[in-house]
Amino acid sequence: MITKRIIPCLDIRNGRVVKGVNFEGIQDVEDPVALAKFYNDSGADELVFYDITASFEGRGLFSDVLKNVASNIFIPLTVGGNINSLEDFDRVLKSGADKVSVNTGAIKNPSIIGEAAKKYGDQCVVLSMDVKREDGKFMIFAKGGRENTGIEAVQWAKKCTENGAGEIVVNSINTDGVKNGFDIEMLSAICDAVSVPVIASGGAGCMEDFKTLFRSVPGVDAGLAASIFHFGEVNIEDLKKYLIGEGIEMRI
Amino acid sequence: MTAIINYGVGNLFSLTGSLKHLGIEAEVTADRETIENADRIILPGVGAFADAKQKLEDTGLIPVLNEQVAYGKPLLGICLGMQMLFEKSYEYGEHTGLGYIEGDICPLTEDLPNNLKVPHIGWNRLIIKDKSNPLLKYTSEGDYAYYVHSYYAKNCEESVVAYSEYYVNVPGLVCNKNVFGTQFHPEKSGKIGLKMLTAFNEVTK
Repeated sequence: MITKRIIPCLDIRNGRVVKGVNFEGIQDVEDPVALAKFYNDSGADELVFYDITASFEGRGLFSDVLKNVASNIFIPLTVGGNINSLEDFDRVLKSGADKVSVNTGAIKNPSIIGEAAKKYGDQCVVLSMDVKREDGKFMIFAKGGRENTGIEAVQWAKKCTENGAGEIVVNSINTDGVKNGFDIEMLSAICDAVSVPVIASGGAGCMEDFKTLFRSVPGVDAGLAASIFHFGEVNIEDLKKYLIGEGIEMRI
Repeated sequence: MTAIINYGVGNLFSLTGSLKHLGIEAEVTADRETIENADRIILPGVGAFADAKQKLEDTGLIPVLNEQVAYGKPLLGICLGMQMLFEKSYEYGEHTGLGYIEGDICPLTEDLPNNLKVPHIGWNRLIIKDKSNPLLKYTSEGDYAYYVHSYYAKNCEESVVAYSEYYVNVPGLVCNKNVFGTQFHPEKSGKIGLKMLTAFNEVTK
């Protein structure tokens, strides 16, 4: 059977890897190509790159980083950030992305998911959503978690997968950067509603958090994290060995 | 030299990158003479069957491929490129394939219980049926390959060299003489995939 996946996420700004805590207080970590190679060698199942560059020049730099990574690393690459049109899909696919993750772009223009799925296939279109509890409801947030869009998360996930999103990244703003475990309640609600692979993001602080994730939410396909991997707090090879010991199928 | 058939389908970045990384000379081409002069041919592909088959037809290269295959030149189809090697596909209708390998391409959804997700996306173990196949020279039972697909090959028991379990047995590597096909992506399957591409490069007519 298919394994659960471990996915390091690299936020890229001006060609460098950064990581925000609750989306604020960004801190430089390392060179993206060196870090990607390191993760590939230590057994990462896939890599996610988010472009958080604001400037046009920075975007060119991001394409260069992608091309460099794609020429050297032969595992799946998912790319997101600044994806608002089919031209943006084209731009990152031509730089070596295998899957394209769309977040705010889909909130602004929901038809982009269907159009991209038709052109590139469902497997290429990943819906990324930033979700936060508001009055006991799971709501979609925009602008790095600062703005409540008024869209209900479970409905949004259903709608986007019906339109052709082949995978969903669920990032819990409540648990992101807190390092106290994934948002089990939120992930269960989303997994119950959709039939495409779900990638859990936000909250990983230690190896046990991944065990709890995969045991508590069997529908989750992958665990995504950034800082615990970047700062060497958890080594991917050790994590996978630990999870295999706990009876969870992993690729080693 | 390996000719990678260019018919406007899919992203060839990883495939050309991995061959370059291995030091294998390759050319992305739709030129008849280049294909005739190549030592090996790779037929890549992602997307929908009918659309890809139409695009391949539009290049006028199908008679060239038929000729090269009959002549004994090694051909490797990857993902949708592998599916096109078969006789028929039932992806949104009924479509004719290249017919180099007996069998049909059928939807996974019809054969899976509801709790299994489609597309079949991720890393799955290879179970080897025929270890003597040249493409498995550097591959072992239990190695993991990366799959992304919603349709799979059926009625092709004789050509299955290795498969993966996803409730049903999903043919991963198929072969009929000099024609090889991988449902998984060797160019995305880490070291295991690179080893398989190396092994293909050692296959001679």
